[in-house]
This record gives sequence, C-alpha cells and structure tokens, in this order.
Amino acid sequence: MSEQRGRSFYVLAAFFALFILFLYGPTITIAILSFQGPKGGLTFPMNGVSLHWFYDLFEQQAVGDIWGSFRRSLGLGLMVMVTTVVVSVMGGLAFRKRFLGSGVLFYMVITSLIIPSILISLGVGLIFNQLDLDVHWTTSGFGSQLTWTLPFGLLIMFAVFNRFDKTYEEAARDLGATSWQTIRHVVLPIIAPSLIGVALFGFTLSYDEFARTLLTAGSYNTLPLEIFGMTTNVTSPVLYALGTLTTVFSLVVIAVFILSAWVLNRRRASSGNDSGNGLV
Amino acid sequence: MSSKRSISNDLTGWLMASPLALVLALFLVLPIAMIVVVSFWGATEFSIYPAFKLDNYQFLFGSAVTYSVFLKTFMFTLISWALCLAIGFTVAYFLAFHIRTQTWQIVLFLVCTVPFLTSNIIRMISWVPFLGRNGIANQTLISMGIIDEPLEWLLFSDFAVVLAFVHLYTLFMVVPIFNTMMRIDKSLLEAARDAGATGFQTLTNVILPLTKPGIMIGSIFVVTLVMGDFITVRFMSGSQSANVGRLISNDVALLRYPSAAATSVVLLITVLIVIGIMLRFVNIRKEL
Repeated sequence: MSEQRGRSFYVLAAFFALFILFLYGPTITIAILSFQGPKGGLTFPMNGVSLHWFYDLFEQQAVGDIWGSFRRSLGLGLMVMVTTVVVSVMGGLAFRKRFLGSGVLFYMVITSLIIPSILISLGVGLIFNQLDLDVHWTTSGFGSQLTWTLPFGLLIMFAVFNRFDKTYEEAARDLGATSWQTIRHVVLPIIAPSLIGVALFGFTLSYDEFARTLLTAGSYNTLPLEIFGMTTNVTSPVLYALGTLTTVFSLVVIAVFILSAWVLNRRRASSGNDSGNGLV
Repeated sequence: MSSKRSISNDLTGWLMASPLALVLALFLVLPIAMIVVVSFWGATEFSIYPAFKLDNYQFLFGSAVTYSVFLKTFMFTLISWALCLAIGFTVAYFLAFHIRTQTWQIVLFLVCTVPFLTSNIIRMISWVPFLGRNGIANQTLISMGIIDEPLEWLLFSDFAVVLAFVHLYTLFMVVPIFNTMMRIDKSLLEAARDAGATGFQTLTNVILPLTKPGIMIGSIFVVTLVMGDFITVRFMSGSQSANVGRLISNDVALLRYPSAAATSVVLLITVLIVIGIMLRFVNIRKEL
C-alpha cells in the first residue's frame, strides 16, 4: 500500500469527513446556540451573543435541581466505574479457564447486553415495589446500571486476554511465584492500560445512562433523567447550555482517561517493555 | 479457554466470577423472572395483584395495535440496520485499508468513538436546531430555492427517528468491523491483486467474507438497541410514532404493570429469536 493514492481514497476520505460532520455537527450547533442572546430562540439566527443561558443554569428556580442531579450522576458514575473495573477483571480472569457454568454465565453476560433496557428498569422496579423497598439511585439504580456497564467491561477483558502472552505467567510460575503473586505482579501490571479503558466505559456509560435508570432511580433524578424531564417543559436555549456543559464535562473526562492511558503506555515503552501494545 | 475443566478450575473460576454472577442474578435474572411472573398477574386501577391469568397476553395478541407496532419496530430496525451497516462498513474500510500509519488510525478511530461516550439525550436534542421548522436544513433548502415552504417532516417524524438511530448507533457497527478488518492479513490483498483481481473484486471476494464476524457483531448491537429502544422514538417522533418499547413505557406510565410485563416478555422473546438466528453465523467469543 505504498503506491500513489487512488481515486477511491479521495472518495472515501470525503465520505469519512461527511460522517465526522454528521457525528459532530449537531453537537457543535447547540454549542454555538447556547451562546444565544437573552432574547434568542432555539434555532438560528443568533440574537446577539451572551452567557445569559449559562448564568440561568446557576439559578435554582429556573431549571429544577440540575446541580443535585449532576452530583448524583457523578457519584453514581464513580461507584459504577470502580465496581465495573473490579468485577470485570475478576470475571475476565475467571473466564480464561473453563469452569462449571462458565457457558451459562457467558450467555447471561450477552443477555445483559442485548436485553431491551426498559425490561431491566421495569423488572427491578417491580421487585423493589413488591418487596416494599424504595427505589434509590444508590441501590436499584446502581445495580441496573451495572447490567449495562459490566458486559462492556467484560468484552474488553476478553479482548485483552485473547491477546495476552501467557509466557509471562509461565515465567513467573517457573520463578516460584504463587498464582496470587503472578496476578498481582505480572498480569495486573500488564493489563493496566486496558483497565483505564474499562474505567472510562464504566464511568461514561453510567454518567449518560437513561433507560435502565428511568424506573430505578427513585425520587432523586440523575442528570440524564433531569435533562429528559426538561425537554418536555423547557423551550429556551438553557437546554443547549446544559447540553454543552455536560458534553464538555464528558469530553474532559474522556481526554483525561485517554491521556493517562497514553502516558502509561509511553512510560512502559521507554522502559523497554512492549506488553500491552495494540490496546486502546 | 481450551484447557480442560477440573475441580480446582471450577472452584477458582466460581470464586473469581461470583461478583459478576451475583450482580447478574440480582439485576438481570431476577427481574426477568419477575416480569414473566407479573405478566400473568391482574391489575386494578391503583394496584396489581398476584393471579394466574392469560388476560394480558390475550389482550396483547387480540389488539391490532400490537401487530402494527411490532411491524413498525421491525421497519425501524431494518432501515436503521441497513444504513448503519452501509455507513459503518465504509468508514471501517477507509480506516483499516486507506489510512497508512497506526497513529492516524488510532486518532481517527478515537474521533469516531468519542461521541458514543457522550449523552444520547443531548445528541438527540442537538438535532432540533438542524431539523426544526426554522432549522438549518429548511433555511438552507429555501435559500437555495429547492423548496418554497419549510418541510414539516424533518423533525418529529419517522425520518427523524431513523436519522437519530443511525446517528447514535453507527459506531456500534464501525468498531467490530474495524476490529476484524485490522486482523486481515495484508498479504491476502496483495495475493488477490497479483492474481488479477480489481479493487472491487478484492472487496467482495476477500475482504467482505473475512469481515463477516465483525458485521454480525455490529448487527447484533444495532438490531437489539433499535428493537429495545423507546426514548429515541418518543423524542424524535414527537410522540407521534410508536414502537414496542413505547408500548411498554406507556403501560408503565399508566401503572398497568402486568400488561407492560406481557409486552416485555413478547419483546424479549422476539429479540432473542432474532439474535439466535444471527448467532448461528458467528462465534462471538472467538472474535474479540
């Protein structure tokens, strides 16, 4: 593939550029529109430029409890993130060898991924209802979100372990390491960069989750639920301002995760160890 | 995963897998069981009560609405799937075979992935200024003289629903297809070229068959996400269109849980049948 670029390259490159525009265009549009002047509406033209709608976000009365819901989403995201990393790594390690019921468990993981989210919401809601327990984001909401993040975490772990060079472990064992020592000092350090990927998925999928939290979050909304509530009764650019802020927050989180994975990989490369390469 | 089972494997396996099994038992298996049970229950205006009756199913299958809504769901699924596949395959193909350095591949791949990690609700809302009555699309078309009146069907229509599905879920197609394409041995492509195949013949006879597993995994994602959706249809159609998910969420809103549960059971079985058919073509665990 070192010859001159053919015509197909330019056609495909144009297609790709259009796809990127399609992906980002709408988000960029609302980012611009969130700077509407105080009298501006939901569409162009811009009626002046101001930070009016961002100021509005900080006034409790204007838009309900968005800061409370943001704090809850943040807390829940961190809870889900930590749990997803720990449970996925353990699960990934378990699945490297076949054990009684591993097939069933694997199909449960796949089911968890493909089941319509509203069924989780409904089922968990019904159980709490019948047990006379209150649904709450830290209990029912937390568990419901895990059914969404864990399959992704596990799939990443499967991909990691499929590419894992087992000779490192054999070497550790030959040097007399116990199986716990092998995991702690050999396996975990090697897979560490991909754990950042699992953590990123765990946090962002939870932070943006809607359908599985809908009937399980209880009376205290998470941020996506709050935003969806706003879509039915807020018809000012304050919605765009909120959308822009939470998207910027997501982007910062993603950037931090990707940068730390990159730094980790680089530090490793400079110390002459190439394990973990090829993983995002 | 090729090693033989042994008792100690079973033990350590279960020990390591127990948190996963516990979460899935409590928040996946039990809820499904609960839904199945409740689908036979009865409901008054204010509460639900245990019973064993088939009323909910009889009502579901006896109603013409059910069939048209299921049909609509299949229609959304089919169209969104075809578009996601066509776009996703092209994008993955470009990334895998036309981008020459790994760094650029990773960078462009990440550019595609980032929107997936931001809020779906916000991404839906962000179509409003574009598709609305006075939105960018209508303004552009009018200023170009293509139309005189703003098009009414851009936002809050089936068109908008499919557009949003493609916007939200094409990535689920790009990632697995790109993943399988990256594992295709480049010398196979050279061999095809040396044997006189045109670029298009290489694409259809070499790349496409080898990419099939990725296509299947991406398809499973897109199909299940679209079939189980209720929020995209509700928001993007402006509550004018319905799919099975909305049928369920409407029942839930009216506290008709047994009826919602019966619809859920039918939806779940439908999804599982569709996936079962698709899984016959691919071994997921090998392809990761």
